Amino acid sequence: MNKVSKLVLTFFSAITLIFVSTTVSFSKVVGDKIILGAAVSLTGKYSSNGVHTQNGYNLAVERINSMGGVKVGGKTYKFEIIYYDDESNSGRAAQLAERLIKQDGVQFMLGPYSSGLTKAMAPVTEKYKIPMVEANGASRSLFTKGYKYLFAVLAPANLYLDVAIDLAVEKNGGKPVTIAMAFEQDAFSQDVRLGILDAAERTKSKIIIDDKLPKELNDMAATLSKVKATNPDVLVVSGHTKGALTAVRQISEMKVDVKMLAMTHCDAAKLSKQHGKAAEYALCASQWHKSLSYKDKFFGGGMKYAADFKKKFDYDPPYQSAESSAALLVFKDAFERANSFDTKKVRDALAATDMQTFYGNIKFAEGGQNVSKPMVLFQVICNDDGSKCENKVVAPTKWASAELVHPIPSWSKR
Amino acid sequence: MDFLIFQVPILMVQASMDGILLGILFALIAYGMALQWGVMNIINIAQGELVIMGGYIAYFMYVLGIHPAFGVIVSPVIMYFVGWGMYKLVINKVVDRDLFISILATFGISILAQQLMNFAFGADVVVAQSNFGTTMLFDNMVTLPNAKIFSGVVCVISAIILVVYMKKSKLGRAIRATAQNARAAKILGVDTEKVYAATFGLNAALCGIAGSCIAITFTLHPYTGLTYTVRSFMIVIIAGLGNLPAVAISGMGLGIFEEWADYLLGTEFRIAAVFSLLVLILVYRRFKLSRKREYLK
Repeated sequence: MNKVSKLVLTFFSAITLIFVSTTVSFSKVVGDKIILGAAVSLTGKYSSNGVHTQNGYNLAVERINSMGGVKVGGKTYKFEIIYYDDESNSGRAAQLAERLIKQDGVQFMLGPYSSGLTKAMAPVTEKYKIPMVEANGASRSLFTKGYKYLFAVLAPANLYLDVAIDLAVEKNGGKPVTIAMAFEQDAFSQDVRLGILDAAERTKSKIIIDDKLPKELNDMAATLSKVKATNPDVLVVSGHTKGALTAVRQISEMKVDVKMLAMTHCDAAKLSKQHGKAAEYALCASQWHKSLSYKDKFFGGGMKYAADFKKKFDYDPPYQSAESSAALLVFKDAFERANSFDTKKVRDALAATDMQTFYGNIKFAEGGQNVSKPMVLFQVICNDDGSKCENKVVAPTKWASAELVHPIPSWSKR
Repeated sequence: MDFLIFQVPILMVQASMDGILLGILFALIAYGMALQWGVMNIINIAQGELVIMGGYIAYFMYVLGIHPAFGVIVSPVIMYFVGWGMYKLVINKVVDRDLFISILATFGISILAQQLMNFAFGADVVVAQSNFGTTMLFDNMVTLPNAKIFSGVVCVISAIILVVYMKKSKLGRAIRATAQNARAAKILGVDTEKVYAATFGLNAALCGIAGSCIAITFTLHPYTGLTYTVRSFMIVIIAGLGNLPAVAISGMGLGIFEEWADYLLGTEFRIAAVFSLLVLILVYRRFKLSRKREYLK
């Protein structure tokens, strides 16, 4: 090839490149499709919850599309999601956010699974002013950075377990209680801890053990021995699925008696399935439970959602799926109110969201977190031989389907 | 700050017992590592993954309705062949190279094993139930899960069997000969290739036993192997190679130290405390060595 033809070739390829990238960058709405971008963890350590997230998104897309889609400017559009696998890696998640926005021209994003990955992606979406509705990042620090384009349908992490302290105080005749806490040293669990600190201050309760578990730890024997020696009213544990499973195993093995045991991630850990009767009476924080009476016109209520989900994916929906589905309902609502695909207008419409979905009421605070949906607490209740355990909602009282068993019977009587 | 452990002295017993039981388990894993390191001069970064793999074998026995405690018999047998295969596929190509190459190779294996386990077994944290119950001492103030006691006993028995095997059997003698001088052993008719493969297999089998114990005492997850690698590495560093009693003592010592650190410094510092101790020991060793060198001059 001589010099001239090389030059010509370079010139033409450059032109083509520019052409290709410009056409792509207007592809947020193609024909009658609204393209949403999402990076979820399909492999790596979050892969089970990543799949729950994706299933939740897919179910909602299918439902909205089949029920008439999204009406904007007198025209009907259908949702479509471009997925990438972020490999449960926050560096990769940030890269994929760039890629979705710059290469695929996505103008509207759905969140990944976990606070950590959401934290990695939020600065990117914020930089490009791309609205992101996320359903699986609850860490408080996501909502204190002043992000304008981040909206979370779930309650922030510091509200996960403070209800339990209120409940314990109520059961104690309004008198302060003593609290033992064991939290893993990661962003999410430490946020839950902050919530407990607030609740303790509010109720004038005393914290007698405040253990921070190292991430690699899978032995809580020392913490539980301290609990045994000090005999607190409430034991609060949060350390993702590993923490929940370790805690229940060792509490039952070491016969630790407390009046109330409150934790997070019971659902994700399949606590009652893996531990059976040993998990009984544990109180668990949950964003959603199928027995709640919220309603919307797409999924009906929680029970209906659970049944539809089970029919399609062959397992009961964990709350991670429910909240992911809710994210799409929020997007649809915002598009229709904005009546435009302008990212600024959609963002403003999202900020003004005030709606009820099967998952709960959704209304965003200044920081983007959903403040109008309380957390629910359920208690694991088993039958006599422990072969079947159920999660019964015990708080808030408005939705309670069972009475809280309090105090927890001692191990010698179980 | 007044310490709970001094106010409630019975906690000292609890902490020490917990530490010993934890330490024995780590010591067994560390012994496998020391064996391999001594014989082949390979630091196996994938040690923890072998442990987790062994644990999953026990877990799947539990899922199939077999008591997971039998994992301590089945798991080492399967893991022996896993280790043997690993040697034949990868390690035999790096065994004569320098330490750095073998660290890289085993690091690669460890990442691969994590991903494969994640793919095959899923990313959920799992546990196997032994339903062994609890031993209560001192008027229920000290509680020891029988599963932990079982693990401790199994680890001690396996260690004893291994020592006897290394002393008495033909392969054991060959392994020791190769560890002392591979070239000389080869000249005298020892098939070092076979010895290496067997050593790797033995190490994997030990990991299998430890893994089964972990399945019934702690939790399993494809990505939690590194903890066990680091811990066994540390025990070996402190104990030195080819010294089983020292490995056992340093394993248990670290376990007790860790539990006590939890009470005295706080849970958040227990792992930091163990690592600080490692640094101190290394510095002290170096100090001693340098004095020796001066003397030699």
